[in-house]
Amino acid sequence: MSPAPTGSAPTDQAPGRNSGGTTTLVVHVENKAGVLARVAGLFARRGFNIESLAVAPTASGRFSRLTIVVGVDAAPMEQVVKQLDKLVNVVDIQELNPSASVERELMMVTLRADPSVRGQILDLVRVFQATVLNVGYEEIMVSLTGSPSRVDDFEALLRPYGIVDVQRTGKVALAKLVKTAPESLAP
Amino acid sequence: MNMNGGQALMKALENEGVDIMFGLPGGAILPVYDPLLDSSIRHVLVRHEQGAGHMAEGFAHATGRPGVAMVTSGPAATNIVTPLCDAYMDSVPMVVITGQVPYAAIGTDAFQECDTTGITMSVTKHNYLVTEAADIPQVIHDAFHIATTGRPGPVLVDIPKDIVDPNNPRSAMEWHTPDGHDLPGYRPNTAGDAELIRQAAKLICEAERPVLYTGGGILKSRGAKALLELAELTGIHVVTTLMNRGGFPDDHPLCLGMPGMHGNYTAVTAMQEADLLVALGARFDDRVTGKVAEFAPLAKIIHVDIDGAELGKVRQPDVAIQGDCRVVTEELVKVLREMGGGEAQPDRNQWRSRISGWQERFPLTYAHSQEDELLKPQFVLEHLRDATPDDTIVASGVGQHQMWTSQYWKFNHPYTWVNSGGLGTMGFAIPAAIGAKAGRPDRMVWAVDGDGCFQMTAQELVTAATEGFPIKVALINNSYLGMVRQWQEMFYGERYSEVYLTRDVPDYKLWAEALGCTGLRVESPEEVGPAIAQANEIDDRPVVVEFRCEAGENVFPMVPAGMSNSDVVVDPSQRDRPR
Ligand SMILES: Cc1ncc(C[n+]2csc(CCOP(=O)(O)OP(=O)(O)O)c2C)c(N)n1
Ligand SMILES: [Mg+2]
Repeated sequence: MSPAPTGSAPTDQAPGRNSGGTTTLVVHVENKAGVLARVAGLFARRGFNIESLAVAPTASGRFSRLTIVVGVDAAPMEQVVKQLDKLVNVVDIQELNPSASVERELMMVTLRADPSVRGQILDLVRVFQATVLNVGYEEIMVSLTGSPSRVDDFEALLRPYGIVDVQRTGKVALAKLVKTAPESLAP
Repeated sequence: MNMNGGQALMKALENEGVDIMFGLPGGAILPVYDPLLDSSIRHVLVRHEQGAGHMAEGFAHATGRPGVAMVTSGPAATNIVTPLCDAYMDSVPMVVITGQVPYAAIGTDAFQECDTTGITMSVTKHNYLVTEAADIPQVIHDAFHIATTGRPGPVLVDIPKDIVDPNNPRSAMEWHTPDGHDLPGYRPNTAGDAELIRQAAKLICEAERPVLYTGGGILKSRGAKALLELAELTGIHVVTTLMNRGGFPDDHPLCLGMPGMHGNYTAVTAMQEADLLVALGARFDDRVTGKVAEFAPLAKIIHVDIDGAELGKVRQPDVAIQGDCRVVTEELVKVLREMGGGEAQPDRNQWRSRISGWQERFPLTYAHSQEDELLKPQFVLEHLRDATPDDTIVASGVGQHQMWTSQYWKFNHPYTWVNSGGLGTMGFAIPAAIGAKAGRPDRMVWAVDGDGCFQMTAQELVTAATEGFPIKVALINNSYLGMVRQWQEMFYGERYSEVYLTRDVPDYKLWAEALGCTGLRVESPEEVGPAIAQANEIDDRPVVVEFRCEAGENVFPMVPAGMSNSDVVVDPSQRDRPR
C-alpha cells in the first residue's frame, strides 16, 4: 500500500498502532548500499526513535524487507510514512495491524545457572518450548522464537536467575492469510 | 564504443541536453575537466562553489530546465551544500556533480575526502555514489529524470576519481546509451483523481468567498496559463506566494499579490476571511499561514500538490488531490466548464466589494523621504520597476530588500522572479542572477541585493565580468542587516545587537570597479532615474548601482512571527483606519 492522500483527519487509531504506542512498518526497499541509512536518517530527522529493526533481502535479492517498529504518536506517523514513500529507493510501505498479522521474534539469552537452579531453568525451557543452545558449568544459553509478548514473558521469568547477555532480533511479521473460501468453492 | 568514465560523463551530460554548467576544478574532479575541453558544453568558472550552485538554481528558475554544477571533493562539496539545501527547499531542478577520492581510498580520511553523499542526504531529492565507470551513463540519465520530474529537486552524483581517470584501468568502459529508467520506488503521479477533481469543482461552485492560493508548483508545472483560465472562468481572486510571483500577472484585476508575513493587507485578509482556499502547488508555509491554528479559520481547503506528503502536512484539506498542478488545474477547468462555467458560479458581488474596499483602504504605502533623509528603498524599487522592460528578470537576496522587491515589483510574466524562499539564503541574488542571465541572455537581468547579502557573494561579479554576463545589481545599502534590525526594533525593545554594517566600508563603487563592473553611487532622489537609465544602457559588463538608503525603514505590512494573520500590522499611516 502506498499511502494514498485522503481528505480525512488523521485518526488516533490508524492501522498498525497498538496500545503500547508502537507502529510496525514493513518497508520494501531496493537492496543497495546506503539505503538503510536513508531510511534510518529519515526517522531521526523527524524525531522518531526506532525501537527495533529487522532487515533481510527478499527472495529475488533485488529488494530488502525492513520490519521497523517505532514508538509513535498518531498524527505525525502519517507524515513519516509519506516522507518515507518519497525516498527513491523505497518501493512500498505497509503499516501492519497487529491483529491482522503474525509476528515473530527470536531471543538468545545467556543465564547464570549453577547446578542448583539449572533444573528450574530447564523447566521453564520446557514450558515455553524454548531450546537449549549451549551449557557451561555456571551458565546456560537458551533461545526462544515466538510472538513478542511470549518472548517478553519468557525473558521476565528468566530475569531473576541473572541474565548475563541477551539479544533479541526485533520482530518480523507477515500479514495473516485469508480464512474464507472463495464464493465459488463454498459448500 | 570504448571510452573512459570522464568521457562518458561528458557524453551523458550532453545527451541530457546540457549546454552550460557552472563549476570549479580540483584534484578529485580533475580528470573530468580534461574531456570537458572537447565537449560542446560551456563551463562557467566560478569564484566560490556556493556561486556555482546558486547559478545553477538561477538558470533553472529562469528557464525551467535543470541547472548543472560540477565541483571537486571535500571543501568544494561542502561549499555547495547551501545551494543544495536551497534548491531542495524551493524544489529547484538541479544536478550537482562532485569529485570524490578514489573508490579504494573512501573511508580512509584521504586528502580532501568527505562523506559527500552522507552530508547531502537530507538536502537532496536523491544522491548517488557511483562505484563503476560503466554505471555513469545510467546514473546521469536517472539523475536528470529524478531532478526534473515529480516534485523537482536537486540530485547529487558523487564520482570517485579512479573511475574517470584515464590513467586508471578502472575508468575503462564501453559506452551504452541508457534505455529508460529502472526505478521501482519512483513513480511520480501526475494525473489527479477524477472523482476528487469533481468534488473540488463542486466546492468551488458553492463557495461565496473563494481564493486561489497559488504557490511555486504553478511555475514548476508550467501551469500559469491553466491558472489564468481557471481564474477567468470562475472570477476567483488569486494570491501569489513568494514562490509564485509572476505565475499570475500582477496587473490582472483578479490578482491580489503576495500573502503572508509581509504580504499586502488584502491578500492576507482575503485568505483569512475566505470560505474556500484552493491551494495549487502551495505548501502552507509558516510565513504564509502565520499562527496555523488561526489561519483562514472559516475556509474549506482544496489542496493540489504533486507531493502527497504536502497534503495534510500543515492543514488538513477537505479535498486533497495528488497530481501535477497544471494537469489538475486543466482538468478542473474542463469539469467546471461542463458544470456551466462562469454561469455556475454564485453571485460574489459582496465579496468582491469587500476585497476592493480593503484594496482602497490598505494599499502598499511608505512615507517619502524628507529633505535631510536618504533614499527610501521602496522609492528606488518603484523607479527601477518603471524604468525596466516588463519582462525583466529580477533576482533578490534575502532580507528587507527582498520583501520590498516582491511587494513593489509588478510581475506580469512567469519565470521573471528568482529568489530564495524556503531557505532564505543571503547571498543568493548575484550568482542566481548570473545563472538566470546565462539561461536567458535575451533578457535584462537585475539583482536587487542588500548590503549584507552583497558582501557574502560579491566575488561572483568577477565571474559575471570575465564570462560575459552583463547583469545589473541594485544594491540597497541601508548600512544594516536590515531585516534583523527591524525585528530587534519591534520585538527586542530597540536593543540593536550586531546588526550595524557601516555605510562607507566597503566602498561599493570602488569594489564594483575592482571586480570588473561599472560602479555607480546614488544618494538623492533626483539621481535615481538617470543612474538606472545609465545602467540599462551598459551591456558590455556588469553594473552595480549603490543606492544609499534610509537605515530605519521597516517592511510593512507585517504579521509578527507566531501571531495570527488577523493581527497583521499595517503601515503607521494606516493604523487608525477601520479594518
Ligand atoms: C546565510 C544567512 N545568514 C543569516 C541570515 C539571517 N538574515 C536574514 S535577513 C538578514 C539581513 C540581511 O541584510 P541585508 O542583505 O543588508 O538586507 P536588508 O534586510 O538590510 O535589506 C539576515 C542576517 C540569512 N537569512 N542567511
Ligand atoms: Mg541591509
